[in-house]
Amino acid sequence: MGLRTFKGGVHPYDGKDLSKDKPIKELKPQGIMVYPLSQHIGAIATPVVSVGDTVLRGQKIAESAGFVSANIYSSVSGTVKAIEPRRVAVGDMVDSIVIESDGKFIETGFEACSDYTALTKEQIIEKIQNAGIVGMGGAGFPTHVKLSPKNPEKIEYIIANCAECEPYLTSDYRSMVEEPEKLIEGLKIVLQLFPNAKGILAIEDNKSDVIASLSKKVEGESRIEVVPLMTKYPQGGERQLIYACTGRAINSKMLPADAGCIVDNVATINAIYTAIVEGKPVMDRIFTISGDSVADPCNFKICIGTSFKEILEAAGGYTTEPEKLIAGGPMMGFSLFDIDIPSTKTTGGLLCLSQDEVSKYETTACINCGRCVEACPENLIPSRLAKFSSHGDKEQFEKWHGLECIECGSCSYVCPARKPLAQSVKTMKKMVIADKRKK
Amino acid sequence: MSNLLKVASSPHVRAKDDTRRIMFYVLLALMPTTIFGIYNFGFRALLLIIECVATCVMSEYLFECAIGKKSTITDLSAAVTGLLLALNLPVTLPMWQAVLGSVFAIVVVKMLFGGLGQNFMNPALGGRVFLLISFATTMTNFTYDGVSAATPLATLKAGGSVNTLDMLIGRTGGTIGETSALFIIIGAIILILLGVIDLVIPGIYLLTFVVFIVLFSGHGFDTSYIVAHLCGGGLMLGAFFMATDYVTSPITPLGKVIYAICLGVLTGLFRIFGNSAEGVSYAIIFSNLLVPLIERVTVPRAFGITKEKKPKEVEG
Repeated sequence: MGLRTFKGGVHPYDGKDLSKDKPIKELKPQGIMVYPLSQHIGAIATPVVSVGDTVLRGQKIAESAGFVSANIYSSVSGTVKAIEPRRVAVGDMVDSIVIESDGKFIETGFEACSDYTALTKEQIIEKIQNAGIVGMGGAGFPTHVKLSPKNPEKIEYIIANCAECEPYLTSDYRSMVEEPEKLIEGLKIVLQLFPNAKGILAIEDNKSDVIASLSKKVEGESRIEVVPLMTKYPQGGERQLIYACTGRAINSKMLPADAGCIVDNVATINAIYTAIVEGKPVMDRIFTISGDSVADPCNFKICIGTSFKEILEAAGGYTTEPEKLIAGGPMMGFSLFDIDIPSTKTTGGLLCLSQDEVSKYETTACINCGRCVEACPENLIPSRLAKFSSHGDKEQFEKWHGLECIECGSCSYVCPARKPLAQSVKTMKKMVIADKRKK
Repeated sequence: MSNLLKVASSPHVRAKDDTRRIMFYVLLALMPTTIFGIYNFGFRALLLIIECVATCVMSEYLFECAIGKKSTITDLSAAVTGLLLALNLPVTLPMWQAVLGSVFAIVVVKMLFGGLGQNFMNPALGGRVFLLISFATTMTNFTYDGVSAATPLATLKAGGSVNTLDMLIGRTGGTIGETSALFIIIGAIILILLGVIDLVIPGIYLLTFVVFIVLFSGHGFDTSYIVAHLCGGGLMLGAFFMATDYVTSPITPLGKVIYAICLGVLTGLFRIFGNSAEGVSYAIIFSNLLVPLIERVTVPRAFGITKEKKPKEVEG
C-alpha cells in the first residue's frame, strides 16, 4: 500500500537541507519591537497600554475584542513608544504597539501547572484563550474558537499538522526533533477536551527520522498514532490533510469539525503546551530563515515582534543582494518590499532568494494542457477559472466551483504558459465573497 | 538597499516545463517516425518535411508581423504543426500543394482564430483535410518503393489480405509518418515518460475503435484484421500525436474519456461504412468541434462537494 495522501499536488524543490540540521538558537532581540494588533483572523485587538507605559515580558498589551479575536502579549520588557500604523508582511498598514526593549527581559510571573489532567475543559479553553493562541501555521484562526465546536463529543480526530509541506521551512521539523514532548503533551491536553477523539501526528515521509522517533515516543499512548504521509505539496492543507488521514472530504462551506476533525499545526500545539503547563502566553515562536542569499540559514526561537531585519542580521546578513524576500514559504508566502517588517504569531519563516525566477518569465497563451487540473488538490479547472476571472464572469466562476480554491498556488507552479493562475483565482474569489457579503 | 525587491503574488517558484520545452519534447518524440519515414520514402520526404516546417514557421512569423503582434515562433508550436502536417502527406505530393497546406494550417486554422491556444481544430489536420478535399488525386497517390500501390487499408477494404508484420514496422505505402506503428509507439513512450501526454485519450480511443470494428466490421474477433486496422492509416499517429493535442482536446478528466470514445466510434464509422478507407483525420476534426460542448457538460465536482440532488436518508 502506498503512503496516504490526496489527489493532485506538486513536488517543488524543497530546499529544506539548508536549515534542517541547524539546532534552534534563541534570539534575544535588541531593537524596537512591533506588535500588530491584528495577528489573527477576527476582530482587531484593543490596546490596553498607553504610550510611555513600561511593560514586562509576558504582560498583556492588547485585549481580544470579541470571541473571534486574540490577546497580544509583550515578548520583551521595555517602554511603549508608540501606537501607530506599521507595515506588516502582507503589505497592509496595521495599527501596532511599538515597544522599545530595555534588553533585560524581565518577566511577569507565570502560573505553572504541574498536573493538567486535573483541569476542567472550561479551564483549559479559558487558558488557551487568555494566552492568545492562534493557528500558528499561517492562518491565524483563534485556537479557542477551533477547540469549541458545537458538539465536542462528535470530534473523532485531533490531527496534529506536522506535514510542513512548504519548501524551505524547517521550524516545525526542528521543534519535533528537539522538543517532541511538547507536541505529544500538547496533543494530550487537546485530547482531554474531546473524550471520543483520537490523536494523529500526521508527518510527511521526508521527515522519516521524526516519524521513527515520534512513533517510539507514543508507543504507550493508546489514543495517539503517527500517520506517515506522502511528501507532496500541499499535504499540509487542512482539507488535504483531513482527507489523507481519515478519508473524509470537506468543502469550503464546511468546518473540519463537520467531518469530526480538528487540525492544529505543530507550533500551535506547542503553544498550547506552553500555555497550560508553563502558564506562558504566546510570546515566542520557532522561525526559519533560509534561502541562498542568507549567510547562515538556520532556525531561531524568536520573540514575536522582532523585526525581520534583526533576524537576518543574527543569521549573518546577506551573502548576495536578494531579489526577493518572502515571509513564509515560497508557495504561499508573501513577498516583501522591505526587510523592516515585524514577525508575528503566524510567520514561520523568512526566505531571501538571490534570484526571482518568476519575474523573468513571460506569460504566454494557455495551451489547455491541463497540468493545472492535474495539480489542483481541489479538483478545479484553474485555467478556466482564471479566464472567468479576467472576463469578470462571477456567475461562471461560481458554477465552476471557484470558491473552493484553497489558494495553494499549485496551478501557477505547474503552468507551462507561466500564467499567474492562482493570483487570478484569488482575486476573483475575494470579489465574489465581497459581493455575497453585500447581499 | 541598492536594488529594489521584486514583489509578486505567491507562489514564488515555478516548475521547469514551459510551453517551448513541451513543444520541443513533441518534436523529439516525432523523430523516430520522421527518421523512419525519410529512410522509407527517400530524400524527397526530407525535402517535404523541411518545406512544411519552414513554411509553417514563416507563415506564423509573417502573419504576426503583418498584424503587429509579437512573434511567437520561438514557442516551437508552428514547427510542430509543420512536422505533423508533413508526416501526414504522401511523399509524391507536389511541393506547391504542401506549401498551400502549410499556409492554410497556420494562417486560417490557427492564427485567424487567435493563435496558439485559440484554434478549435488541430492545425495540421485542418491543413491535411484542406489538401485532401482540394487535391484528392495527389493526396491519395501513394507509392512504395517507387511503385504506385494501394495502402494496406485500401487493400483491406477491397477485401484483400495484408502483411501485418510489414504494417507494424512500416514497410508499406502511406503518408510519410504514419506507416510505422512501431516507431510511432516509441515516440509515444517518450512523450509519456516526459509527462507530456498520458494514456487516457489514446488508450480509450484505440480500445473503443477495436470494440467498434469487432462489433460492426463483419469480421468478428479476427486478430490479424484488428492489428491491420490498428497499424493501418493514420490511426497510431493520430491517436498519440494529434488526438492528444492539448488545445483541441478537453481539459476536464471526464471530458477526455468522452472525447476519446467519440474518436473511436467516428473512426470506426468512417473506416467501415465510409467511402474512403481512411477516417482518422475526419474523426479527430469532428471530435475537436465537440470539445467545447463536452467540456461544458463535464465540469468536475470540486473536492468535498457531494451531489446535492437525491436527498437520500438524512444523517442522524
